[in-house]
Amino acid sequence: MPTIGRDDVARLADLARIQLTDDEISRFAGEFDAIMDAVASVSEVATSDVPATSHPIPMTNVFREDVVTDTLTQEAALAAAPDAEDGRFGVPQILGEE
Amino acid sequence: MSTTDPIRLSAIDQARALREGELCSEELTRAHLDRIAAVDGDLNAFLHVSEAEALATAREVDTARAAGEELHELAGVPVAVKDVVVTQGMPTTAASKILEGWIPPYDATLVQSLRAARLPILGKTNMDEFAMGSSTENSAFGPTRNQWDRERIPGGSGGGSAVAVGAYEAPLAIGTDTGGSIRQPASVTGTVGVKPTYGSVSRYGLIAMASSLDQAGPVTRTVQDAAALHELIGGHDPRDSTSLEGGFGSFTEAARAQDVKGMRIGVIEELEGEGFDPLVRARFEESLAALEGAGAEIVRVSCPNFQYALGAYYLIMPSEASSNLAKFDGMRFGLRVVPEESPTAEAVMKATRGAGFGDEVKRRILLGTYALSAGYYDAYYGSAQKVRTLVQSDFAAAFESVDVLASPTAPTVAFRLGEKTSDPLAMYLNDVATIPANLAGTPGISLPSGLAEDGLPAGIQFLAPVRADDRLYRVGGALEALLEDSWGGPLLAQAPELSGGIAR
Repeated sequence: MPTIGRDDVARLADLARIQLTDDEISRFAGEFDAIMDAVASVSEVATSDVPATSHPIPMTNVFREDVVTDTLTQEAALAAAPDAEDGRFGVPQILGEE
Repeated sequence: MSTTDPIRLSAIDQARALREGELCSEELTRAHLDRIAAVDGDLNAFLHVSEAEALATAREVDTARAAGEELHELAGVPVAVKDVVVTQGMPTTAASKILEGWIPPYDATLVQSLRAARLPILGKTNMDEFAMGSSTENSAFGPTRNQWDRERIPGGSGGGSAVAVGAYEAPLAIGTDTGGSIRQPASVTGTVGVKPTYGSVSRYGLIAMASSLDQAGPVTRTVQDAAALHELIGGHDPRDSTSLEGGFGSFTEAARAQDVKGMRIGVIEELEGEGFDPLVRARFEESLAALEGAGAEIVRVSCPNFQYALGAYYLIMPSEASSNLAKFDGMRFGLRVVPEESPTAEAVMKATRGAGFGDEVKRRILLGTYALSAGYYDAYYGSAQKVRTLVQSDFAAAFESVDVLASPTAPTVAFRLGEKTSDPLAMYLNDVATIPANLAGTPGISLPSGLAEDGLPAGIQFLAPVRADDRLYRVGGALEALLEDSWGGPLLAQAPELSGGIAR
């Protein structure tokens, strides 16, 4: 498996929307190869004849009755918002300047 | 402190004392709040203490009891709740800066059950941030200290809940177990913890780490207490689509049975040798010998794919976590950091998550993002899911010939605070024995097996087939009685008195 360098960590952090400091990027870059090497053993036994399991106890089509139930009030839903206005969440500008 | 001090009684004995009028819930709740005030400044098992609310519930129970109302068996017995479980009107942080000060607008289903049965909620317990860790050192609000030795870790992620019950701050606590976060803290603190069958307890209102692995369960001092708490919080919940519909035996009856005659106990060969400390193994062997003396049959079984479980877990868990934690984006609740130079939504998300998440949370989100990224998905996440199938097959094969499986819960006793914080891989190895159950959805219990290295507690783990949680309570209850006979009392009675405690 490829080496995970500083550029890779920076790209992953960008994808995951996490601002990292330079120190953090260096530290994680120094750790990730060893961690991924340790977990890569899974591919030794994961042959094509083994089906994948996504869930410990398989269930399908779990539905409840289609009836109206109580939901949060608008006030309760907005109570913990960093910013709210006119009964809505206040969010930063979505698009860049250009 | 005298042995008749009510906070030292088991939860079931506290409930009995309440029923028989020997004390009232207000006194009992206040005694626990006093204990918290006396010792928790040092132990840091609680992130929030809800004194007024707990006392109000206690007084309601006392009034209702005086009026002859029918009450739940555990009504009036206080409980502590891990801070990853949402509680309406009570701060819930998951031990993260990103949720500091957040007051959830709803209760988790299991909290509704606690409230309906009128257990006074003492507060919220400390943990590794978002339940990511094995030592509670990843809490953004400082580590919890082990009541056996305050320079040692209390296990994790649920170190707060384990120490809360182990130090008599609460008779009952709620934990969550994604890879061992209930069982490993139980092991290193000399307490009892149960990870129920996946789907036995609703996940609605648990702040999710890895949805296909997370399960809430009881944290207690005795096996019977765990059974009673499990029965209270368990059951089908239409708001959790993975919740199971019944089909479980009685846990409390099984815990009281104390009969293991003819029970077949399989020792997992892959989880008893190398890597497990000598005295941890010795206590394990003695526990097995005690069960054999009581009529159980001990056999060796092989689960060859368990050696790949740790790798699979550290791919699946970060992958699911990277997705689950995307909701902490500074938009609707929790922390929002607005960078001055570029206040766009994307920049706000990055700044918020950069400032709000601790190291281990960032590490796991990045590893999960990597494992799920194009080009690596099949090799990592896809392979891990196949290992999950193989681990389930190992369990199925083993349970054809045995009723329960056994191993030491954790490889070592509590290590020193700071000893493994700079080596994530060494930290991950603490979960080697507990992880297979999470991958397969099978239930597991940890209870004390005795004192091992440095005079600190070790734990023994039993695993049972899906929905056969009652077998854990049967074998656990029996072993607990056998060992306490040989020790002349509970293991926790041998823990040092806490200086600054009420006794001194």
